[in-house]
Amino acid sequence: METSDQKRLLREMIFYRRFEDRTFEAYMERKVGGFLHLYSGQEAVATGVLEMARPGSDYVITGYRDHVHALKAGAPAKEIMAELYGKETGSSKGRGGSMHIFDPTVNFMGGYALVGQPFPLAAGLAKGIKMKGTDQIAICFLGDGANNQGTFHETLNMASVWKLPVLFVCENNLYAIGTAIDRSTAVRDQYKRVAAYNIPSSQHDGQDIDIVMEAAKKAVDHVRSGKGPYFLELMTYRNRGHSMSDAKGYRTREEEAEWAKRDPILIYSERLKKAGTISDDDVKNWEKEIDKEIEDDIVKFAEESPEPRVEDLGKYVLDDNPDPRWIGPLQS
Amino acid sequence: MAEIAYWEAIQRAHDEEMANDPMVIAMGEDIGVVGGTYKATFGLHEKYGDERVIDTPISENSYTGIGIGASMIGVRPIIEIMSINFALLALDTLINAAAKIRYMSGGRVHCPIVMRTPGGTAHQLAAQHSARLARMFMSTSGLRVVTPRSPLDAYGMLKSAVRCNDPVIIIEHERMYNMKEDIPDKEFFRPLEGAEIVRKGTDITLIGYNYSVHLCLETAKRLESDGVSAEVLDLRSLKPLDRETIRRSVEKTHRFLIAEEDEAAVGVGSEIMAVVTEECFYALDAQPVRIHAADVPVPFNRELEKAAIPDVDDVYQGALKVMGKI
Repeated sequence: METSDQKRLLREMIFYRRFEDRTFEAYMERKVGGFLHLYSGQEAVATGVLEMARPGSDYVITGYRDHVHALKAGAPAKEIMAELYGKETGSSKGRGGSMHIFDPTVNFMGGYALVGQPFPLAAGLAKGIKMKGTDQIAICFLGDGANNQGTFHETLNMASVWKLPVLFVCENNLYAIGTAIDRSTAVRDQYKRVAAYNIPSSQHDGQDIDIVMEAAKKAVDHVRSGKGPYFLELMTYRNRGHSMSDAKGYRTREEEAEWAKRDPILIYSERLKKAGTISDDDVKNWEKEIDKEIEDDIVKFAEESPEPRVEDLGKYVLDDNPDPRWIGPLQS
Repeated sequence: MAEIAYWEAIQRAHDEEMANDPMVIAMGEDIGVVGGTYKATFGLHEKYGDERVIDTPISENSYTGIGIGASMIGVRPIIEIMSINFALLALDTLINAAAKIRYMSGGRVHCPIVMRTPGGTAHQLAAQHSARLARMFMSTSGLRVVTPRSPLDAYGMLKSAVRCNDPVIIIEHERMYNMKEDIPDKEFFRPLEGAEIVRKGTDITLIGYNYSVHLCLETAKRLESDGVSAEVLDLRSLKPLDRETIRRSVEKTHRFLIAEEDEAAVGVGSEIMAVVTEECFYALDAQPVRIHAADVPVPFNRELEKAAIPDVDDVYQGALKVMGKI
C-alpha cells in the first residue's frame, strides 16, 4: 500500500474517533437526545473492511452503532451530525436519529435498532444485486450479540442456498450489551457457528487494520466472484459502554487496560511512526485540523440547521405522491 | 368476461405483473415447484424459474426480511405467508422494518413489498391455523392493509399492490379461494383505497370486510323478504379506512351493523364504531351492533368451531336487533 494511503487511513480513523468523541460531548450538553452508541475502539473494522470494498457502490448495512460505517461508506459527516441533532438537514431528515442513519446516494442502507434484523435485509440487498446482474456486493456489519437471533441462522441458511453476494462481518467485541459472550453464547468463536451453513468463514484480529484489510480482501473477492456469502469475524473491543447510560460494571478495569494497549489507532500510528511514514507532529497536526473541521464545519452546520417543521409530521409514512391508478380511491 | 376462481385471479395477477416487470418476484413456502398451497402461483415456477419464483425454507421472519431488503433497491417481491398465524413470525421484519423504513429514513428509502396471506377459519384447522388478525396490521402506521372479497378485487388489488410504492398486506381467506366470478379478460387495476357499496339500500348499512361481506350480502337478501332494505358496504381497505364512504352510508340509512370473523376486542368493529361515533353520531337512529367471533382460540371440534365463528344467522339476528324487530 502507498504511504499516502496509509496516512489517509490513519487520519480517517482519527477523524472517526474524534467525531464520536464530539457526539459524546454534544450528548452531554443535551444537544443530542435519545440513544447514542459509539464506535470508538472498533475503527479498524469498518475502515479496513470497506477500504477493501467499493464504498459508495457496494451496499452497506449495520445495526445501531452506525456512524462510522456511514462515514466510511461516504455519507457526509455534516449530515450525520445534523441527524444526531434531529435536524431537517440530517441524513434521515431528523426522523431517524443516531441509530437510523440512511444515505442511499452512497448505498448506505441504514442502521437498525433490532439486533439481528440487518441479516435478512442484507441478504435481500444481495438478492437485489443478483436480480440487477451487477458485480456489487452487500456488506452487513453486526456484533457478536446479533448471532443469537433467529435471523442469523435463517439468513445464513438462505444466503448459502441461494449463493447471494453478501459479506457478513461479525464485529466480535465480546459483549452483547452488558452480557459477556461466555455467559450468553455456547461458542466464543463465532466463525465456527457458520460451518453449519456451508459458508466459508474466518477469524482475525480486528484491531490491526493491516490484518483486517488482508482478511477483508480475500472475503470481498470471494463474494464478488460469485461464490456466495462469506462470514468474516473480527475480534475487537469497544472503548466506551454499550450506550450512554452504561457504567461498564460488567467489565474489569484490567481488561479495559489490556485492550487499550491494542487500540487500533495506537497500533497503526506506532507502526507508521516506526516505518518513518509519519511523525508525532503529523498526528498532532491532523488532530488539530480535524477538530477544527468538526467544530467549524460539521457541528456548526448541525447547530445552525433548521428543525423539521411540525406541519410535516405526517410526511414519509406512505408514498406522499402516490399514483391514483393504484391507490384510488375507488369511486362508488 | 370469463368466470374465474379467486385463486386463479391471484395467479393471473402474478403472471401478468411478472411478465410486465422483470423485478417482480414471488417468494414463499411451497409456492414454486408445488405451485402454492392454494395454487395462487401455479405454473409460475416453470415459466419464470428459480430466481423469480422462490421456494423458501420455513423461515418466515427472514425470508420476509430478504424480500424487504431487495425491495429497498428496486425489487418488487410478492411474499406469500401460508397462514396468517405464521405471519406472526414475520412481524419483526414487517412491522419494525418494512413499515418504518420510509419514515425513519426521511423518505429516502422505501419498501414496496406485497405480503399475501389467508386469514380466517376454514374447516377444523384449529387454533394455530385459523387466526384473522387483520386488526393487528391495520393498527400499524406505514402499512396498507386490504381485504379483497372476490376474484375481481383479488386480481385487481394484487396488481395495484405490486405497483404501489408502499408495503401492502393482502388478507385473503381460505374459504374464498374457490369462489368464482366473471372478470374482464382485458387487464385492469382495482384501487387499494376506498370502501365499496356492493348493494344499495336505505334502512340499514351492513358493513363487512373479507369473508364477512358475503355474510352481509346473504343477510341483505333475507332482510329483503322482511321488507328491510339493507345497504352492504365492503371496507376493502382496512388501512387507510374510507371514513367518508362509511359516513355517507350511515347518514343515509341511520342504522348500521359491522360483521367480522375476528374477535371483537380492539378490532375492526371497534374501530368502525369509533369512526361512526366521530363522523356522524347524531345520524344514528338505533344502537349499532357488532357481530364477531367468540373470545376463544378457535376450537378444533366442528360444533365448537361453528359456535365460535359468526355465520349468516348471527348477522341476520344482529340486523333484526338493530332494526328493533327483536
